Parts: sequence; C-alpha cells; structure tokens
Amino acid sequence: MDGIRALIIDDSSVMRKIVERSLRQAGIDLTQVLEAGNGVEALAVLTKSPVDLILCDINMPVMDGLEFIKQLSTVERATGVPVVMITTEGSESHVVQALSSGARGYIRKPFTPDQVKEHVIPILGGKS
Amino acid sequence: MRSSVNEVLDARGRHEDWAPLLELASREVFELMLGSQLTLPATEEEAPLDITSMVGLAGQLCGLLSLRCHGKSAALMASKMLGIEPDKVGPDISDALGEVCNMIAGNFKNKISGMGEGCMLSVPTVITGTDYSLTSQADSPGLEVRLRFEGMPILISLQIRG
Repeated sequence: MDGIRALIIDDSSVMRKIVERSLRQAGIDLTQVLEAGNGVEALAVLTKSPVDLILCDINMPVMDGLEFIKQLSTVERATGVPVVMITTEGSESHVVQALSSGARGYIRKPFTPDQVKEHVIPILGGKS
Repeated sequence: MRSSVNEVLDARGRHEDWAPLLELASREVFELMLGSQLTLPATEEEAPLDITSMVGLAGQLCGLLSLRCHGKSAALMASKMLGIEPDKVGPDISDALGEVCNMIAGNFKNKISGMGEGCMLSVPTVITGTDYSLTSQADSPGLEVRLRFEGMPILISLQIRG
C-alpha cells in the first residue's frame, strides 16, 4: 500500500510543522505533505493535488476550518477524503458543528503525538 | 492531560479564582507541545521582558491574554516546537510565541465551564521591544502568573473587562 498524502491547514507555519512531525511520530508513512494557511488556499491546493488525509485548524483568516469543510464538497477530487480538525476551539458546539459538517475527528490543542495517532490511524483504515 | 471536573470552575466565579486555571493551562501547553516543565520563579523578575504575544478574548469573557518573555526564551520555545537549534529558528519565533499564547488562551477558556461556547479568540499579535505602553479597557483586577521556562522568566497575564 502506498503512503499517505496529507494536507495540513493552519495559519501558523510552526503548527503545520508540529502536526507533520506528530503524524510521522504516530507511525504514519507520509509520502507527500502539502500545506495551506487557510481554507481558500487549501481548496486551491486540492483542485490540483489529490490527498488521502486533511488536518485542519478552525480559527484562520480568510476562510476558517468550518467553512472549509462545507466548501470541500465542491472539489470533486476531495470527495471522501477524511478531515480531522486540530484546534484550540474545544467547545461542544464546535465539535458537533465540525463533525456534522463532515469532519471525521477532532483534536484539541495542546495535543500529544499519541492523541494524533489515536484519532488519525483509525480513519485511515490500515492505509498508513 | 486534561483537567478534572474539580479543576473546572464555573464561569460566574470570581475572576481572581481563575489564576490556578491560568497556571494549569499554561503548564499543560508547555508540557504537551514543548516537552518542558514550567517551574515557579525564585523571585519576582526585575529585568524587562522584551517580547510579548497577545490574544484577545471576546464574548462571554472579554479581555486580553498576554505572554511575555525574553527573546532568548522565545527562540528556545520555537526551537522546541520545531525540533531545531535555537539559532536556526529565524522568523518563526513570532509565529511560535503567538501559537503558544493562543493555545494557553484556548486551553484556559475551555477549563471554565460554559466559556468554551461563548468566548472567541483573536489571532495572536506579537510585539518585540519594551518601549511601549499598553492600555486595556479591562475594568477588573488582572491575573498574573509568573513562571520559569527552562530557568528563564515568563509572565502570563489576563486582563478582563466585565
């Protein structure tokens, strides 16, 4: 099985690097890591490049993570790609809103690599 | 590591009672994201802390959370977050310090019952230098938590309006 192509969306470049490192520490075989600083940039990336996994912040300028999930269905090649939210927004309403919009997982910052593993590995279904 | 029910105070509680939660929220961020245990300061610091990160809070809780430290501390935070040497972090210092402040603010509000729903965070702002004055519209006594990160002082403050 090929490795995972991941798209990491966060307005902090430091946080994008931390998320990538956490995925690798979780044992996920990443063959390609794409980055975007907000939802609009992410949608543009997805029109050009197929990915297997999306990790997305909520609070971002231009287009936040919740709006990004809603818009994701407009990108044909992103259909069915699992999205995991990684955010400081830990309220139940945010979790419910994200999951009802199509997110498959929700990780609160601060987080550990174990938490990333716990939430991401199951949704990859053995593809990692 | 998550707070227990006993550590979560009611949002209507007195603001001064929130200092332990602010300290806990800060300790968790440094432990989980930087792999660093914050320690208590031996004495109150006199030297000015020359880099400041701020995150605004709006909604049920209005105010400003700030994290102040020395530039050397900020570089070390960035290096620990990125897994590289402190002298190689470059412009990522501000980004890293902003994210630390953002995570402390988010972790703190999530520990106050009911606050996670009704309190929004701004994007972080980072100021470098000491020659400035900060005027807040806070109308209640602020909270201050002084700790040490790898032996260097950090100051976490919360100014609250309403």
